[in-house]
Amino acid sequence: MTAVTESVHRRLGMTDDEYEMVVDVLGREPRPAELAMYSVMWSEHCSYKSSRAYLSRFPTSAPWVVVGPGENAGVVDIGDGWLAAIRIESHNHPSFVEPYQGAATGVGGILRDVFTMGARPVALWDQIRFGPLDRPHNRYLFKGVVAGIAGYGNAVGVPTVGGEIEFDVCYEGNPLVNVLCLGVMHRDELVLGTAGEPGSIAVLLGKATGRDGIGGASVLASASFDEAATEKRPSVQVGDPFEEKKLIEACLELYRRHLVVGVQDLGAAGLTCAVSEPAARAGVGITLDLGEVHVREGGMTPPELLMSESQERMMAYVRPEMLEEVLTVAEHWEIESSVVGVVGEGDMVTVRHDGEVVAEVPADSLSGGAPLYHRPVARPDWLDELWESYVPPTVASPAETLLALLSDPSIGSSAWIHEQYDHMLFLNTVVGPGGDGALIRVRGTNKGLAVSTDGNGRLCLLDPRRGAARLVFEAALNVAVAGARPLAVVDNLNFGNPEKPEVMWQLVETVEGISEACEAMGIPVVGGNVSFYNETNDRDVNPTPVVGLLGLADPMPIDPPRLQRARPGMEIWVIGPDPTPNFAGSSLQRLQGAPTGRPTAPRPDVATPMIEDVARLAHVTPVLHDVSDGGLAVAVAEICIASGTGAVVETDDPVWLFGEDPHRVVVIAESGSALPGRRIGRMWAGDLVIGDETLSLETIATTWHRALPDALGV
Amino acid sequence: MRVAVVVFPGSNCERDVADVLHDLGAETHLVWHRETDLTGFDGVVLPGGFAHGDALRTGAIARFSPVMAEVARLAAVGAPVLGICNGFQILCEAGLLPGAFIANRDLAFICRFVEVEVADTGTFLTAGTRLGSVLRIPLNSYEGNWVDPTGQGRIVLRYVDDPNGSQAGAAAVASAEGNVVGVMPHPERASDPLLGSDDGLVLLSGFLGAPVPV
Repeated sequence: MTAVTESVHRRLGMTDDEYEMVVDVLGREPRPAELAMYSVMWSEHCSYKSSRAYLSRFPTSAPWVVVGPGENAGVVDIGDGWLAAIRIESHNHPSFVEPYQGAATGVGGILRDVFTMGARPVALWDQIRFGPLDRPHNRYLFKGVVAGIAGYGNAVGVPTVGGEIEFDVCYEGNPLVNVLCLGVMHRDELVLGTAGEPGSIAVLLGKATGRDGIGGASVLASASFDEAATEKRPSVQVGDPFEEKKLIEACLELYRRHLVVGVQDLGAAGLTCAVSEPAARAGVGITLDLGEVHVREGGMTPPELLMSESQERMMAYVRPEMLEEVLTVAEHWEIESSVVGVVGEGDMVTVRHDGEVVAEVPADSLSGGAPLYHRPVARPDWLDELWESYVPPTVASPAETLLALLSDPSIGSSAWIHEQYDHMLFLNTVVGPGGDGALIRVRGTNKGLAVSTDGNGRLCLLDPRRGAARLVFEAALNVAVAGARPLAVVDNLNFGNPEKPEVMWQLVETVEGISEACEAMGIPVVGGNVSFYNETNDRDVNPTPVVGLLGLADPMPIDPPRLQRARPGMEIWVIGPDPTPNFAGSSLQRLQGAPTGRPTAPRPDVATPMIEDVARLAHVTPVLHDVSDGGLAVAVAEICIASGTGAVVETDDPVWLFGEDPHRVVVIAESGSALPGRRIGRMWAGDLVIGDETLSLETIATTWHRALPDALGV
Repeated sequence: MRVAVVVFPGSNCERDVADVLHDLGAETHLVWHRETDLTGFDGVVLPGGFAHGDALRTGAIARFSPVMAEVARLAAVGAPVLGICNGFQILCEAGLLPGAFIANRDLAFICRFVEVEVADTGTFLTAGTRLGSVLRIPLNSYEGNWVDPTGQGRIVLRYVDDPNGSQAGAAAVASAEGNVVGVMPHPERASDPLLGSDDGLVLLSGFLGAPVPV
């Protein structure tokens, strides 16, 4: 047996204490392959060792939850024998090191998480955040990420129907790239990540294993960046959407014909994860023969084979009598396959290479035995000062302020991005990108699935609990605007360095905020992802939870609200509580400086009935639009731009026009409608009139359309 | 009408177009690219997507797929052959349509509705339309920029406002006989007002009304 020196485990990203834990588990020094396996499975990225203790706070149950957190994706029952699978993931660190491939493989990975469950991926949403575009490097990262999402998503054949974009100085040096995938399946197609009974055979499907992405989870995704980040480029995987497309079709055929007992995708931690997690879940042992793995290059060592994060691979667990048919399906779809393992009694993962046992470890020590850290938590000492230093923004001219907001690339049209994404494939995109929540029809039913993804780092910096709760309520309102009722939440928690007590405090507060909002609405969290170490040169990003909320519209509105449907003569209403004079964390505040103050608290008592009202209104109202970034003025301007119709807004109060207090929706209704809100103006065949100022439709449209292209210089 | 919708590895619009043709009354079958016998089919569709991963260039590998000999045979006997987007690219590579495709003028993927004007009503695709009528149909391509050094291509639809640099603004092109047509925008995506337009239905209905081969 070869003992390994301490420097090896440190190079693999393990602490000395963690190394000692491995020695304790095994009762001996680990072999090199074993150390490799523990280093990836116990990485922050795979084990959630710093966050697990707090994530258990999330409410996770509801009668409609079929699969909650812990599997590859959450699954909920949407009625009549149909299930929806949903998952969100980050690819922040790889996207900084190599934006195109980092973003592309993020798409590939999230798709596998969803079709691993048996669902066909039907739509993607991307949430991307960068430093300001006046810096050339930020433009390079932004363009690379958009090109990577387009290049992979379009070619793999899954539409990208929505997302979010934000530019803020805190993401300078550490962009955030999150991606959410929604899948749909029949109930009898659900597959779990189990290795099945002793005797099952492990079949590795898809792309050949190479040296790419070795240590991606441990070295790249679980550490902070400094100036030498580009040296980590070999840790970034390379995506091949063509292989993934064939793999999707092959796997869906395997499920349809009930040829597998379980499936696990190979993402972070590669083969190690694909054998240890299913074995631990099934309470069985497994013997893996590395010599059988189909490889792209010769001479790979056992640790390399076990850690490789080569993309587009799946492990299928198959009963022996089905093996022949499984291999035939793989051959038909022109994907490679190899029989690499056998499930047996016991609980050990045994790995062979060249006739020799190179690893022998308990399966659940890899997947469930990772260290659990209760890291120090402390409220940041700078927070009170931030709250107290609040200065209200100034508005000399509402018209000028509106133009300034419309020309902010975080607010202006996202067409430059989403027109590069295929967002129409599958003929299900009823409401696509650029609106509040996207609405996807489920063909063969009257149902629609709406998803909204929302994040706001400034709000969450100023008050992570209030900020996170507001994101959940905002996302719920966004799906209600499409006629859907909230069903489930997934979250992607993007944070700085967890070894700093104030970052852990931000996490704990965020989890509390999301939980409180979900409980108020009676919806579960069915999955999530935590991305720590989003810091560069010791500067943490703003705490940036991204909430993905799935809503069900059953039935779907026959003619769902659209901004384009506003017409002259219709009235402009706002429903929801009156705004307070608090601009903390708002877009207007960002135009004028750094975030200060304490954001307005959400009102769970108001939110729940209002979401129900809005979901009902969606069946009878031409236009509904959530009031969010830029406030009411931006919301009305967007309606004017989309519909080509002017508006008269009968207030010039900046609090009403630009405040971003939660739980508010603009409704455009036929004149004479009686709505539970406040009428604040009307649509007309003229310009946009705010108080005593007038802006031409052409001016606001050009400003809004050109915001992002101008910032990019295209 | 019995229609074969060919599935290459990497195709992704096959079910969309098959569903819409089915709703229009056709009997549609998805046919794998290794099929070597299309006897009994009255027409064939090469759908959109990324056949063979667009390796080398769009359609360059797909033209060698085994099914293509049968597609050529059906084209030769006058059966309607429709290539949509990637299918159009494949038909050009296979020599069943003139010209070839290069990257869009702005070197960016374009996914949005565009307007096209009917320039020729003598093909099955446009048999139900009037000359000069304008249809609103989604475009979805990176290599949508058609070039035809011969200048002889029979242009069936033209972009009203050319989005990608296509020669003569061509959005759809036919063979001299008119029974092989390639269209770059996706008529199947304009099949329901709920999705923004149903202007594509007149084109696909035309495809189904085409004369049946002997």
